[in-house]
Amino acid sequence: MIVQAICFYIFSAIAVASGVMVIAARNPVHSVLFLILAFFNAAGLFVLMGAEFLAMILVIVYVGAVAVLFLFVVMMLDIDFAQLRSGAVRYLPIGATVGIILAVELVLMFAAWVFAPEVGQALAAPMPGAHVTNTAALGDLLYTKYVYAFQAAGIILLIAMIGAIVLTLRHKPDVRRQKIGVQVSRRRTETIALVKVKAREGIGEEEGVR
Amino acid sequence: MSDFWSGYFWPTVITILEILLVVIVIAVAMAYLTYFERKVLALMQRRKGPNVIGPFGLWQPWADALKLATKETIIPSGANATIFLMAPMLLFMLSLVAWAVIPFGEGLVLADINVGILYLFAISSLGVYGIIMAGWASNSKYAFLGGLRSAAQMVSYEVSIGFVLVTVLLCVGSLNLSQIVLAQQHVWFFIPLFPMFIVFFISGLAETNRAPFDLPEGESELVAGFFVEYSSMSFALFYLGEYVNMILMSAMTSILFLGGWLPPFGITPAHAPYGTIWFILKISFVLFAFLWVRATFPRFRYDQLMRLGWKVFLPASLFWLVLTAGVLVWAGWLPARV
Repeated sequence: MIVQAICFYIFSAIAVASGVMVIAARNPVHSVLFLILAFFNAAGLFVLMGAEFLAMILVIVYVGAVAVLFLFVVMMLDIDFAQLRSGAVRYLPIGATVGIILAVELVLMFAAWVFAPEVGQALAAPMPGAHVTNTAALGDLLYTKYVYAFQAAGIILLIAMIGAIVLTLRHKPDVRRQKIGVQVSRRRTETIALVKVKAREGIGEEEGVR
Repeated sequence: MSDFWSGYFWPTVITILEILLVVIVIAVAMAYLTYFERKVLALMQRRKGPNVIGPFGLWQPWADALKLATKETIIPSGANATIFLMAPMLLFMLSLVAWAVIPFGEGLVLADINVGILYLFAISSLGVYGIIMAGWASNSKYAFLGGLRSAAQMVSYEVSIGFVLVTVLLCVGSLNLSQIVLAQQHVWFFIPLFPMFIVFFISGLAETNRAPFDLPEGESELVAGFFVEYSSMSFALFYLGEYVNMILMSAMTSILFLGGWLPPFGITPAHAPYGTIWFILKISFVLFAFLWVRATFPRFRYDQLMRLGWKVFLPASLFWLVLTAGVLVWAGWLPARV
């Protein structure tokens, strides 16, 4: 138990510290790297709770895919962060409002747990026995009770994906693309012309390369 | 207090010793993989390969290691020193931690976790950070281009690897690597899932940045790609990481498709030492195929690489996933709940 407690405090301390560093780091690339560190520690906390499937999915989806794209974009963009920072005071009221709302929501949730512990139990599905792995338990719940919500989430993501493609797809007429089918099905007669070259005359204009 | 010794202390010591054993074996295997690669390439190109240092040139890897260790570490001016030095360490560390879940034989595994295959997938998807961090921190355009190429390449091929893994998991019904091997007792998965085996092998080549997909290094256009600025041990760590990743990918291929430690046709018993020997033989075979491909095929062009990943492998693996699921349901072959 003591080892788990030590691990919990290490993971959560690093998670919080790297969360602070995400907004405090001067270099945007460092911010993204700290964000990745925060994801990792969250995954560690999931493992401590016995939710190893969620931990792995967190690493695969957020660290392996989403954060790579973040890093990609942040590295490519040439952002002057000192300039962005100068406007921070102007946006402070909006930022503070969002922060306060989030904090109030968190407090309300904890308060509900403390004052009415049965609320949490009413929401939660019954814990499966120890013989069921949490991957199977999640699957049981997602594909039976919450199948409509699950499908709806999938459709929303699909629409977002189509939207992103529609917004960025441009057919440029002057881009040379490899057409493998055309290339492979080309015949010798279409590409090679054998020309008898007369001495001292060379290849005429009309007989030359098409 | 006795609870502390028997419950925590001794198991920890034993685990650390086991980890050291695995790491040492992997390091030696990696060293001789470089020798094996040079020998195989040499024989395929009708040369002799390393043959000066030791009998048959067998001490060559150690001479190379010694040479790299005695060189000077250079940090380019304008480089981000912390990230520059962290990147090779990260890459090498990730290539080693993945071995925690690989079963070398029946019960011969460091951590027999329920989500072993997801763990492997997660670790291999992190490898891209080492490369992209190295490319960015070097403060050099060649390194940066190499890093970007590699990031795009690895993310693209991970998608089809993911679908291949799901197809195998459908046939097994468990995410545990030992269970995946045991599910192949009747037939190894490369027979019913042959197209997926090919997709996985080729995606593995792309994922480990091996020829013909070694565009991140592309010495003819990018000098040496993302590690052009590295020297000495930090360069060696990239090199080691790449080779350990190759061995890891071969081990994954053998576990997922070639029956792991199971002997072919049951000609020997499957328990230790036989099982481990079969496993090593299978890994060596896949590694030989890696080198064979390198000696045979010219490098892909970048647009061809992306086309292959997104327009060929992704639809093909998605189709096979649906087909496999359909056949399993139709024939009633779905694995029982574990």
